[in-house]
Amino acid sequence: MTSAHETHEHDVLIIGAGGAGLRAAIEALAQGARVGVVCKSLLGKAHTVMAEGGLAAAMANVDKADNWRTHFRDTMRGGKLLNNWRMAQLHAQEAPDRVRELEQWGALFDRTESGDILQRAFGGHTFKRLCHVGDRTGLEMIRTLQDRGVHMGFDVFMECTVMRLLKEGGRVAGALAYWRETGRFVVFRAKSVVIATGGIGKSWKITSNSWECTGDGMALAYEAGAELLDMEFVQFHPTGMVWPPGVQGILVTEAVRGEGGILRNKNGERFMEKYDPKRMELSTRDVVARAIYTEVRESRGSEHGGAYLDISHQPAEYVKRKLPSMYHQFKELADVDITKEPMEVGPTCHYMMGGVRVEAETGQTSVPGLFAAGEAAAGLHGANRLGGNSLSDLVVFGRRAGLAAAAHAKSSAMPALDPAEIEASERQAVAPFGNAGGESPYAVHRDLQDMMQNLVGIFRNEEDLKRALGELEKLKARAARAGVEGSRLFNPGWHLALDLRSMLAVSEAVTRAALARRESRGAHSRIDYPNTDAAWGKKNNVLVKKDGAMTLFESPLPEMPADLKQILAEDQ
Amino acid sequence: MPEAILRVFRGGPEGGAPVDYRVPLAPGMVVLDAVHSIQANQAPDLAVRWNCKAAKCGSCSAEVNGRPRLMCKTRMDSLPLDQPVTVYPMKAFPVIKDLATDVSWNYKVNRKIPPFQPRPGVEWKMDQRDVDRVQEFRKCIECFLCQDVCHVLREHGLQERFGGPRFFVRTAGLEMHPLDGVDRTKLLKDELGIGLCNITKCCTEVCPEEIHITDNAIIPLKERVVDRFYDPLLMLVRKIRGAP
Repeated sequence: MTSAHETHEHDVLIIGAGGAGLRAAIEALAQGARVGVVCKSLLGKAHTVMAEGGLAAAMANVDKADNWRTHFRDTMRGGKLLNNWRMAQLHAQEAPDRVRELEQWGALFDRTESGDILQRAFGGHTFKRLCHVGDRTGLEMIRTLQDRGVHMGFDVFMECTVMRLLKEGGRVAGALAYWRETGRFVVFRAKSVVIATGGIGKSWKITSNSWECTGDGMALAYEAGAELLDMEFVQFHPTGMVWPPGVQGILVTEAVRGEGGILRNKNGERFMEKYDPKRMELSTRDVVARAIYTEVRESRGSEHGGAYLDISHQPAEYVKRKLPSMYHQFKELADVDITKEPMEVGPTCHYMMGGVRVEAETGQTSVPGLFAAGEAAAGLHGANRLGGNSLSDLVVFGRRAGLAAAAHAKSSAMPALDPAEIEASERQAVAPFGNAGGESPYAVHRDLQDMMQNLVGIFRNEEDLKRALGELEKLKARAARAGVEGSRLFNPGWHLALDLRSMLAVSEAVTRAALARRESRGAHSRIDYPNTDAAWGKKNNVLVKKDGAMTLFESPLPEMPADLKQILAEDQ
Repeated sequence: MPEAILRVFRGGPEGGAPVDYRVPLAPGMVVLDAVHSIQANQAPDLAVRWNCKAAKCGSCSAEVNGRPRLMCKTRMDSLPLDQPVTVYPMKAFPVIKDLATDVSWNYKVNRKIPPFQPRPGVEWKMDQRDVDRVQEFRKCIECFLCQDVCHVLREHGLQERFGGPRFFVRTAGLEMHPLDGVDRTKLLKDELGIGLCNITKCCTEVCPEEIHITDNAIIPLKERVVDRFYDPLLMLVRKIRGAP
């Protein structure tokens, strides 16, 4: 290794400091591993802080009939049976313990009359199941995990972006990153690496995601030879803000509907009666998002092209207590008092069901030593995620990945690094400074977002998707020529130029998988193939890098054991 | 299209100067939108922190027209636009570049605070009323605007002796947790220097989460410190019992 580099060594390196990364770090520390956590933002600012509604776990504190079997069934049905059954089973079985653990580490959930953790209703969940803290559950979780990890003693590298996974032969050997503040490169050498980088929303124009959600982890894993699974399944949350323009896409929590919020079109009709008369507003997110989109397309939308979401029939004090940040968000950003008048809402790109393909029990990818958990990993949610299943995903599978990564580190030697690989990657990273006068990366990003919004959005068809692939090639060429001004010191233009590489890779994966799946299922809606196709219900799409090109193959779903099939067959 | 002029600090630790940018206005635009517009169209290397753009992460703290604020929550139409809108980095922290400041000191202070530790044998039941009191403190999004405005830090630079409002809020959340069993009063007195706060309430005024920092966190903690260390009757009782 060249001595010119700042180099850090760990047993387990975790990329990402959201719920999954922090929970993985805590578990690896508990196993005695030396743990490093690298994150693009300051610690505690990860996208998990924006999670609002709650964490799904069959604790049966409110609805005594709830149990893991029902949670398993809800999750599988919500995912249109494309989920990895073992992940759905582990998730449903272990979530209650992960919630209790958070409480024992200091998290303070809302309470029932008898002093237990309160649970609220949410779309697709048979019972009241979401443990919550008003509408800021994610913040509570992040703070709890952050403080736990800090006091257990992980090394944290804040505002540090990983741009390449390093390998020794077939196994992972660490990561190359740059400090956002100084622009200097830093090498992490590690026996195990956990990808916990979250989602990909920044490739779409209207999104609830923060700037960090550029799909880095999926792109890093893909480049390192790992497989991407279910990439066609991008969740558009039904309720993002639509007005004023600056706030377009900002999330309006499903808890508004959980607490009794009603959706209406401009004619005052409660339109969910047409789309899902049984579950109404608490139908699954894919159904509600398509319903709103359809109302707008058929000219029954609200003033600014959305639907009206009304909670004003509930007592004002109740709304302020249960939905405090929604109350403030609308009051301050949109001049709307939600205790008195309806909100205007519309679909916003929110969550990635697909991601890095992992083993259910361990989060192990197909690359030895490389693990993934949370939104960056695929499998649990299938074709559509239920609200509340994300926060529980983070702690259940974050813990499992941390455990497995620590075990892998214990049984392996510290890998060697290849200086030539590092130097080549560094040259590539500073290339944009050589393209003086080149196009701004901001312009390329804006066009990517417009293109993905228009051609790879809620409703898709073959013509659009093929066009999108062509546009992506052009955007890749433009991104390669994009120029950056100024120095390497805290330079957002340069950072964006590097993030664009991840966004383009995951956008291509989404588009290829969406083109291949000739049916409609969950979050994937093909206008040219509007029906669900039983044959497609038996397989996942997988993307892998082969001879330098993104290659797709189909992979049969693992066979579900008879006892779980039995659970699925039971009706509630 | 109507325009505004943003007067943004550009520079680093060695100094810098404000630069004026003309920005087209859109309905409902916030200061952070205007800064993003500058990045996208005029100055791609303009350094600024932000994440959620929804007042939930506390990253985009700055001083807008001299007042510490979250840029994502500050509407352009709430500001007088017949004059330039000034956007400066937080003054109480060293500038890294442009609007980004070095807030690492806060993370060092946080490490000093012993985490939640339940009393032995507690039953995990809590009353919502007891939880409400603590949830107020746990709303904190760590924007550090309270630290920025606190004169003990901003004017007197007593970072070595004082924890600042953020960490009184943090400590209050732990001390008033219904099931916590750790005593942090000595830490408050000695390491976090709570006595240096003379309750001017500047922190409370700038808190975007509307936490009653002074009334609900700092004053009750000051009372605990006084009870623990300065109450003559309790001191006598402790002396007789031989307690520390």
